[in-house]
Amino acid sequence: MSGWVKVCGLNDIPMLGSRVVDSAQGNIALFRTADDKVFGLHDKCPHKGGPLSQGIVHGDTVTCPLHGWKIGLADGQAVAPDQGCAGRFEVRLEADAVWLKLS
Amino acid sequence: MKKQKLVVVGNGMAGIRAVEELLKLAPDLYDITVFGAEPHGNYNRILLSPVLAGEMTLADIVLNDLDWYKDNGITLHTGKTVVKIDRIGRKVIADDGTEAVYDRLLLATGSLPFILPVPGKELPGVIAYRDIADTETMIAAASSYKHAVVIGAGLLGLEAANGLKLRGMEVTVVHLGDWIMERQLDQASADMLKSSLEAKGLNFLLNKQTEMLLPNSSGRVGAVRFKDGSEIPADLVVMAAGIRPNTALAESAKLYCNRGIVVNDTLQTYDPRIYAVGECVAHRGVAYGLVAPLFEQAKVCANHLAQMGIGRYQGSVTSTKLKVTGVDLFSAGDFMGEQSGKGNVDAIVLHDPSGGVYKKLVVKNDTLVGAVLYGDTADGAWYFQLIKDGQSIREIRDHLMFGQNNVGDAGHAGQSHAAAMPDTAEVCGCNGVCKGAIVKAIKEHGLFSLEDVRKHTKASSSCGSCTGLVEQILASTVGGAYQPAESKNKPVCGCTDHPHGEVRKAIREQHLLTIPDVMRTLGWKTPNGCASCRPALNYYLISTWPGEAKDDPQSRFINERAHANIQKDGTYSVVPRMMGGLTTPDELRAIAAAADKYHVPTVKVTGGQRIDLLGVKKEDLPRMWADLAQAGILSGHAYGKSLRTVKTCVGAEHCRFGTQRSMDMGVKLEKMLLGMWSPHKVKLAVSGCPRNCAEAGIKDVGVIGLESGYELYVAGNGGIKTEVAQFLCKVKSDEEVLEYSAAFLQLYREEGYYLERTCHYIARVGLDHVKAAVVEDSVRRKELHQRLLFALQDYEDPWQQAVEKQAVRREYEVIKLVEVTA
Repeated sequence: MSGWVKVCGLNDIPMLGSRVVDSAQGNIALFRTADDKVFGLHDKCPHKGGPLSQGIVHGDTVTCPLHGWKIGLADGQAVAPDQGCAGRFEVRLEADAVWLKLS
Repeated sequence: MKKQKLVVVGNGMAGIRAVEELLKLAPDLYDITVFGAEPHGNYNRILLSPVLAGEMTLADIVLNDLDWYKDNGITLHTGKTVVKIDRIGRKVIADDGTEAVYDRLLLATGSLPFILPVPGKELPGVIAYRDIADTETMIAAASSYKHAVVIGAGLLGLEAANGLKLRGMEVTVVHLGDWIMERQLDQASADMLKSSLEAKGLNFLLNKQTEMLLPNSSGRVGAVRFKDGSEIPADLVVMAAGIRPNTALAESAKLYCNRGIVVNDTLQTYDPRIYAVGECVAHRGVAYGLVAPLFEQAKVCANHLAQMGIGRYQGSVTSTKLKVTGVDLFSAGDFMGEQSGKGNVDAIVLHDPSGGVYKKLVVKNDTLVGAVLYGDTADGAWYFQLIKDGQSIREIRDHLMFGQNNVGDAGHAGQSHAAAMPDTAEVCGCNGVCKGAIVKAIKEHGLFSLEDVRKHTKASSSCGSCTGLVEQILASTVGGAYQPAESKNKPVCGCTDHPHGEVRKAIREQHLLTIPDVMRTLGWKTPNGCASCRPALNYYLISTWPGEAKDDPQSRFINERAHANIQKDGTYSVVPRMMGGLTTPDELRAIAAAADKYHVPTVKVTGGQRIDLLGVKKEDLPRMWADLAQAGILSGHAYGKSLRTVKTCVGAEHCRFGTQRSMDMGVKLEKMLLGMWSPHKVKLAVSGCPRNCAEAGIKDVGVIGLESGYELYVAGNGGIKTEVAQFLCKVKSDEEVLEYSAAFLQLYREEGYYLERTCHYIARVGLDHVKAAVVEDSVRRKELHQRLLFALQDYEDPWQQAVEKQAVRREYEVIKLVEVTA
């Protein structure tokens, strides 16, 4: 499966929360911010592989539940001084439907 | 809108720190221009001593390189001294004619060394010790000359002397007073310090007044002559007899100065457009020469420059650490017990001359006001905290001298002397951080606060038991620059300046019901908080307004959202509740069946007398709970800041020594407290007799049965740092046990700060405060009890909800990909 895929409705993701998509490339975490932006990241913290989907979402950032690393949702980059990157997936919204681009 | 212009005169630590704080708050408000007399970027002046001693290089101590100014759009004029302020034209003029117009002006001109007015003071080879140029002069002199004389045995003088000695010179320290460092030490500790510096090869001449400096045949300084007629050879003379605030520029502009540029609590001078921070200012009559107060000033000043208008600078208590390798010395506050005015002043002293340890604590009216530590400074940061907080030490007075760790800290192999630790020694056992890594991070990144060290190294960021050690390393690396946060008024997190107490008060008094309400009312700096403040706010709301404030699952840590404990591999652990540690064959069969069905890899008996099923996949949780619920099993809340367990011994039901039915009592307590959220986890225990097999002495609430009733203990802790529970009172009946325990826990729920265990709560408010509400006031006790029961009345088991409610169940469901489009 590749290309743009419709995965769920916007309201299937709790605000300031996330959902996990099971894909051939491993788990993908979809995050929804307070202003209804949706982002997709590999559900693996660059630190020790913690499931980012289980973290607390604030601003455009998620805090990993295992050791508190903060990861930027837009680029998957860890917030300094930590260093590392969780893989990013393109996401777009179309009439309250969430589309995800798989490579 | 056109940007306003901010001009900063002084490119040192105070001025640039203020700019940094300002950029954090309002990055686009000003066009910033900085003037610096020295030809460098901002560097860490405190670390000039290690540079002189050859322990660091100049490159190591740069705080802001030239790129930093460029990246932040700051115009930097180095090597230019501002000579005039035109207050009417609102511009400054530098010695080379450069002008800069300002809307706001910040003066951070620092201080000037005090040069003794003696003949010969202008001879070549006579210098002060203030900046990079002085340091370079000393390093150069050390390679070609032999005799150095340092005038003044204060902090700076001794560090200079030590550095010159390490660079191979013969060094004599000349001092006017009876003992060295009299501003920081009493005579006993000063004498010990002097002996140890003499052992390093320094010479001291006390009670000596310099009369003149004599030239040698080539015109360079050659000798120092004293009032008593004696003379000593000197190829280099370092004046370290004190500093004076540099107020010349301000005075020339007719700004009011009195032993410094006079500023108010918002760091404004008498001209409201002109602010001043750092060593050049006099605040409430005090000019500070240590860096920590300057940073506090910078923060407040930046807040006002950013037009936020909150924050007042109210003066600082200062502490001193000598940065001479191998010498452990700490002093803080009113260590002579002279400044604190009248009152009951006592000095508690421990003095072991052969062991090289001296400690003096000055106590006034049950608060610590000053401390001097020599040889063992492990508890310096702790004492400093007590001094700053002005907290009553009445209850800990008898063991105050033995330090914070005399109860024993787990996991540090008794290490308490940071200075003596090798670089390879592990400091933070949780994150595997050794001392060398911490020191390196502090030096490379110019760190000053515990928070910064935590961010960069992760040391002390997990369980926190090594915090004292990390603070010591920080203190010994940056010396006086280290400033522990005021624990009482520490902001909740970086999203706000409000401390926990103020936030709780606002929620209570203004009847705030949602997290956005709180953030709006209190002016949160971030749109929706962070992973630290949101869980705290959520707890404060639901505990203050039960039934009214709605729980926000997205503001809960995953364990409380998923009602299970996340493990390192992302699986969860499930702990069914077993009240009082009691179970039945039917329950055990249901647990065994669930463990089989969901392929639980590990089954473990916990310390709280129940069974942990580890390694469950998140999607399996609801079905597993449904199976367990069929057998009447409830969630054990082993994951929450909530009631955990009530541990019991067998008690009078079976035990031949038992005096009370402890299992029964334990079950009653656990039933009453079911579903109780709290600032941190809460553990109870009930023992049936004073043999105390349920270990009630290390629980948040411990109940010990006696023939005549029960003894209640509170605020014990068996974790990171063992805290023995304190005796609260004795009661007669089971009903009283329930009422008193509930009242205590409700008080803690209402007053505790998020993530504060009962032992920390009581350390903060005092046991007397708790006794007054829970033991002595029966009306208040009953009210507290009732409020707890009210808060718990609508409790529903979260596992049951996850099984029944679709919206809740979504949390556990993974989205499977089905639909494909082009």
